Amino acid sequence: MTVLNESYSQLEKRANDIRQDIVRMLHAAGSGHPGGSLSAAEIAAVLFFKEMNLDPENPKMPERDKFVLSKGHAAPVLYAALAERGYFPKEDFMTLRKLGSKFQGHPDMKKVPGVEMSTGSLGQGISAAVGIALAGKLDNAPGRVYALLGDGEIQEGIVWEAAMAAAHYKLDNLTAIVDWNGIQIDGRNEEVMTITPIKEKFESFGWAAFDADGHDVKSIDEALQKAKAVKGQPAVIVAKTIKGKGVSFMEDTNAWHGKAPNNDELKQALEELGGEL
Amino acid sequence: MADKIATRQAYGEILAQLGTENENIVVLDADLSGSTQTKVFAKAHPGRFFNIGIAEQNMYAIAAGLAVSGKTVFASTFAMFASGRAYEIIRNSIGYPHANVKICATHAGLTVGEDGASHQCNEDLALMRAIPGMTVLNPADSPSAKKLIRAAAELDGPVYVRLGRAAVPVFYNDDQEFEIGKGVCLKDGSDCTVIATGVMVAEAMEAAEKLAEEGISLRVIDMHTIKPLDEEIILKAAKETKGIVTAEEHSVMGGLGSAVAEVTAKNCPVPMRMIGVQDVFGQSGKPAELMAAYGLTAADIAAAVKDLLK
Repeated sequence: MTVLNESYSQLEKRANDIRQDIVRMLHAAGSGHPGGSLSAAEIAAVLFFKEMNLDPENPKMPERDKFVLSKGHAAPVLYAALAERGYFPKEDFMTLRKLGSKFQGHPDMKKVPGVEMSTGSLGQGISAAVGIALAGKLDNAPGRVYALLGDGEIQEGIVWEAAMAAAHYKLDNLTAIVDWNGIQIDGRNEEVMTITPIKEKFESFGWAAFDADGHDVKSIDEALQKAKAVKGQPAVIVAKTIKGKGVSFMEDTNAWHGKAPNNDELKQALEELGGEL
Repeated sequence: MADKIATRQAYGEILAQLGTENENIVVLDADLSGSTQTKVFAKAHPGRFFNIGIAEQNMYAIAAGLAVSGKTVFASTFAMFASGRAYEIIRNSIGYPHANVKICATHAGLTVGEDGASHQCNEDLALMRAIPGMTVLNPADSPSAKKLIRAAAELDGPVYVRLGRAAVPVFYNDDQEFEIGKGVCLKDGSDCTVIATGVMVAEAMEAAEKLAEEGISLRVIDMHTIKPLDEEIILKAAKETKGIVTAEEHSVMGGLGSAVAEVTAKNCPVPMRMIGVQDVFGQSGKPAELMAAYGLTAADIAAAVKDLLK
């Protein structure tokens, strides 16, 4: 067992370190998705440093928990969390999005240890996570499966096909988390395509559903424990977040959905996050 | 050519047998298990069969999730909905991670018959062979389907297997061996070569008999593997005979004909004719009527050979 079970104050520091690494790697890459990566920093911190049973020395440990980044464009938050957890040195991900790099614009399970599923095309990650959870049931695997979805992502029909199947096969080893930052590329969810009510949609599909403050590590942790206690059905956590959280000029705007910071912007972002260039 | 058996029936039988031999095999279907014949596996191994309902995209992404967890997954529906509706899921969640999923798609081509154009997929070979790392198989009869599906199960990686609805003549013996990527020279000949796949192999053999009566010596190759393509057998035919006629129950765009032409054009250009569905949709009708209406019979092959040799 390699569950770190870090304290809430330690998790808050992890989230901040993850944020710094997100802006550093995106600056180095010159393109990518800061908004939806920054909004998921606390979620990643709680999963990778408190909740999940992982072994960076043995990434394929059979009894491990598995994390699928269904919102694959938030690859920087996953790469930052994996490096922070010790899967590879932090300097490695500074090659993000460069020719020949392991760190593709969207996660490639064949290249990066700790990436459980290649994702990027929205909706497919949660569906694959249903398959991973189903395999877990067949093998009586002790590990749980976690899938992180974007809010805009749940506009994809396959998400609801997957939701139906997960409930039908009673996959109580699956926890989905919706990073509800309210904004997608073209604007606010309700301007593009209304997604609410999220919790009730999942509940009507046969899931147990819980709310969380996606920037409060205690709230996330408590929701994860509630989700884990559910028997006979999958669980979803609707985590309310702020897009671009932690960097003032990136917060709550679609302008920073898919744009990398320049030198000055990186400097300011790191100042706000208490980091160094 | 005594018996007639549909390749989907052969699939159901071999799949249940493979399931007995290998407990790691998991089978998915999308509410068509009676038609695709995965019901045979479901009956024999109910704990490893999952009906995903009418949700082909979800089925292939779930298949990918099972495969990356170590399972050998067979996932079946009609060719139209596998290669068409679920294309991007197969490309990104199965092809890209090279997941061990066998996409066994039945009811391919015009021989679907009365259901009409919406269900007659004549584009699947083109779509599937364009995916990097995808193996593409199109067996001609029941014995070859069984052998090739067994080989697919033993191969670690994604495989598309094209299977038919209609009963087709059995012409291989049970002891015939098949290797993925190696075409079978069914009949040697010196004037012209027909490279056929799937149900068109039987038509090509019939064409060869007819042409022999007219003194034309036809070589017939069963190209059961569209990808990786047996370049050696193609180039040998290109060099030893006067030209190549391809025959497929598929669009002439992007399938076997295109694949063979890619090889000959680069290495040994020869006169070619392509028997297949032209740039049109099918329609309702009996399979034999449709094959005749769209120019996919032994007589059409024979005419193309004579035209080539003119």
